[in-house]
Amino acid sequence: MTTEAVAPLLVIRGLRIEGRAEESWHEIVCGVDLTLHRGEVLGLIGESGAGKSTVGLAAMGFARDGCRISGGSIEFDGIDLRAASRSVRRGLRGKRIAYVAQSAAASFNPAHRLLDQYCEAPLIHGVMGRAEAEHDAVDLYRRMQLPDPDEIGFRYPHQVSGGQLQRAMTAMAMACRPDLIVFDEPTTALDVTTQIEVLSAIRDIVDQFGTAAIYITHDLAVVAQMADRIKVLLRGEEVEEADTRTMLAAPREAYTKSLWAVRSYQRDERPPPPDAETPVVEMRGVTAGYGSLDVLHDVGFRVHRGRTVAVVGESGSGKSTAARVITGLLPPSAGEVLLDGVALPPDYRRRARTQLREIQMIYQMADTALNPKHRIREIVGRPMAFYLGLRGRALEARVRDLLALIELEPDEFIDRLPSELSGGQKQRIGIARALAAEPRLVICDEVTSALDQLVAEGILRLLDRLQTELDLAYMFITHDLATVRAIADEVVVMKEGRVVEQGPKSAMFRPPHDPYTELLLSSVPEMDPDWLDRLLSERASGVGGATDAPAARP
Amino acid sequence: MLQMIAQRLALGVLTLFLISVLIFGAIELLPGDIAEEILGQSATPETVEAFRRELGLDRPAHLRYLDWLGGVAQGDLGHSLANRRPIADLIAGRLANTLFLALYAAVIAVPLSLALGILAALYRNSLYDRAVNVFTLSSISFPEFFVAYILIFFLAQSGLFPSIARVTPGADLADKLHRTFLPALTLTLVVTAHMMRMTRAAIINLLASPYIEMARLKGVGPARIVLRHALPNALAPIINVIALNLAYLITGVVVVEVVFVYPGLGQLMVDSVSKRDVTVVQAAALIFACAYVLLNLVADVLSTLSNPRLVHRR
Repeated sequence: MTTEAVAPLLVIRGLRIEGRAEESWHEIVCGVDLTLHRGEVLGLIGESGAGKSTVGLAAMGFARDGCRISGGSIEFDGIDLRAASRSVRRGLRGKRIAYVAQSAAASFNPAHRLLDQYCEAPLIHGVMGRAEAEHDAVDLYRRMQLPDPDEIGFRYPHQVSGGQLQRAMTAMAMACRPDLIVFDEPTTALDVTTQIEVLSAIRDIVDQFGTAAIYITHDLAVVAQMADRIKVLLRGEEVEEADTRTMLAAPREAYTKSLWAVRSYQRDERPPPPDAETPVVEMRGVTAGYGSLDVLHDVGFRVHRGRTVAVVGESGSGKSTAARVITGLLPPSAGEVLLDGVALPPDYRRRARTQLREIQMIYQMADTALNPKHRIREIVGRPMAFYLGLRGRALEARVRDLLALIELEPDEFIDRLPSELSGGQKQRIGIARALAAEPRLVICDEVTSALDQLVAEGILRLLDRLQTELDLAYMFITHDLATVRAIADEVVVMKEGRVVEQGPKSAMFRPPHDPYTELLLSSVPEMDPDWLDRLLSERASGVGGATDAPAARP
Repeated sequence: MLQMIAQRLALGVLTLFLISVLIFGAIELLPGDIAEEILGQSATPETVEAFRRELGLDRPAHLRYLDWLGGVAQGDLGHSLANRRPIADLIAGRLANTLFLALYAAVIAVPLSLALGILAALYRNSLYDRAVNVFTLSSISFPEFFVAYILIFFLAQSGLFPSIARVTPGADLADKLHRTFLPALTLTLVVTAHMMRMTRAAIINLLASPYIEMARLKGVGPARIVLRHALPNALAPIINVIALNLAYLITGVVVVEVVFVYPGLGQLMVDSVSKRDVTVVQAAALIFACAYVLLNLVADVLSTLSNPRLVHRR
């Protein structure tokens, strides 16, 4: 694919970038080298804070506000981007180097139509005229398999779905036929089923135009499908770099191995509960919605003590709405919620304090779910005082016990503010707050999806241990089937507000499936670099994807 | 949209009604009445009483209010208590003067503050940005009459512009603009800071958005980023501040009118309050309230129109 005789497209040597925090500069990228040839796709992976996006942006000679490139060289096709004038850099951006952002919904300007935003780069760089650019846009929209390519450009960003926006953004990046595109986590915010469409569209178009790309992601299985080579970053430094297949088959460094190993975490399904046992919580025929719009239709499932029920589905399938019905935040229009076989009042304001205590929640964004002005002592202590009436020394002792239980050193953490914690530690505090009420059912709403894989795994192991020790029932809302495989005993698959399939985990991952479950299962990326090709050709030939249930493999 | 406008107009009418009650009540609370004001201290109680009867002031307050309200509902503002002239005649000329001056000041101030604000956002934290901030903030910090006298000192002493803005009916526009330049400039200085700073802040607030970063990564230049990518999304707050300032130009200019001896509505209202000429005060207050209600409605409609998410539904 690459020949040594041809000069590389992008050469970065000893790149150092500093970020400003609390009135002083700290190095966030410490001497990274990177070489990219024409038509080549390099995967940049690492956890959050590894400096992936910062390096990706530096390849465009760009540093975000509050960051500065402090050392090293960046040479794009013989042009020294650090020495080049602003106008030279501006002339390259959008024309020869383009960028695809993580959240297309936030990165499209809400005030302008998609087509106007598409035409902007070609027009300001003088690559083509308006009419030609519009014509070209329709062509690219069609290649990106966007619905209604002739008309979609006339819509505003809010009128187009997330997956479609992401494709429109890739089309926009292609507008001037750049030599290099930086993809910054382009599918991270998407559902698995949408992710496949975007991935295949991106790969086709990069192939067709022979564009080189830097593909930034924290998802190893995704990078395995997209990249020719993979570079692993950790805290601003390179861990290792290798050809994709080599890297997947034989990672050299311990850190890389640990990244690979995360995916293998899996717990066996617990034996089913006795038939006579009353479930801790049961939903029966619940229909609920907002205003006149029903979001849930006749939803029912049970959660037994000591067991985990994973509720899976794409965004908008009604998973979180079901949790709102159980907690009483959204009274249903039909059906009921039973606690230990007794119907609960639909509205939480009419529930007794003991009933409220039994059901607690852990939220996706620990960042926003913890009051930034409260210390850990107050955050964890408050539910104990409220539900259990603990005061003074007894309260203090209980808070300390709980912190020890979630594996945080009490002396060190009890007086901290949430801002003084890492993402994983915040989520542990979220867990401690839920447990403080001594509940029987804990609803976990996407609790690991905002976390890096290693940290997420720690949280999953902790939840699992707590479940065994405290005999808790979990309702685990997630869209990530790897998480389901790791922790579930039973699975409830939801689509458009209905339960399409439910049963024990072992049955869920074994065919035959409901067609929708099968689509979900087969859409989960695998580490095998040929997975996407195989899947697409299978789907194209109508075999139906995963009759051999790839997701069931370890 | 039409539903919203209708709703807001209905609420506006309710607001006007409440304001008329408040004004009427407030004037009733003032010591003395028009009969005492006109007849002076030497009048005998009998004359005052007779005069009151003639004006209908002996009737209970709520009946007088209802009478007046009935008239207004039929489009009749009533007659001045002081000189018996129809209020409509009395106010028409004054209102035209006030609107003329407000429009004059707005035509200078709105484009000026938008331009200054946009430039300040573009060259934020530069020397220019600081200079504009210092200048506009100082001009808003001084009392209006002080700004007016400073302008008179520098621009009227030399004979460049007249210090008395006496407008005669039938004067041609150029002459009128020349005569009212100083009051218009004073008002401009008073309202510019607010609008300019909101424009600057609303734009800068958006410059950290992902879509602005995207525009920069597409190679868009700084001027185009501010004008085309940030400004359209910053319009709603800017429009609302402009509306508030325009309303101020109509209703809050009495000091400037006094300094430049300009026959506007504000002066009439103040005179009428001191004369306890309730009916004129009521009419002027209603007009001011109308200005607020209508300008705010226009601002809401415009900021809705500036947001594609509200105009183009999914």
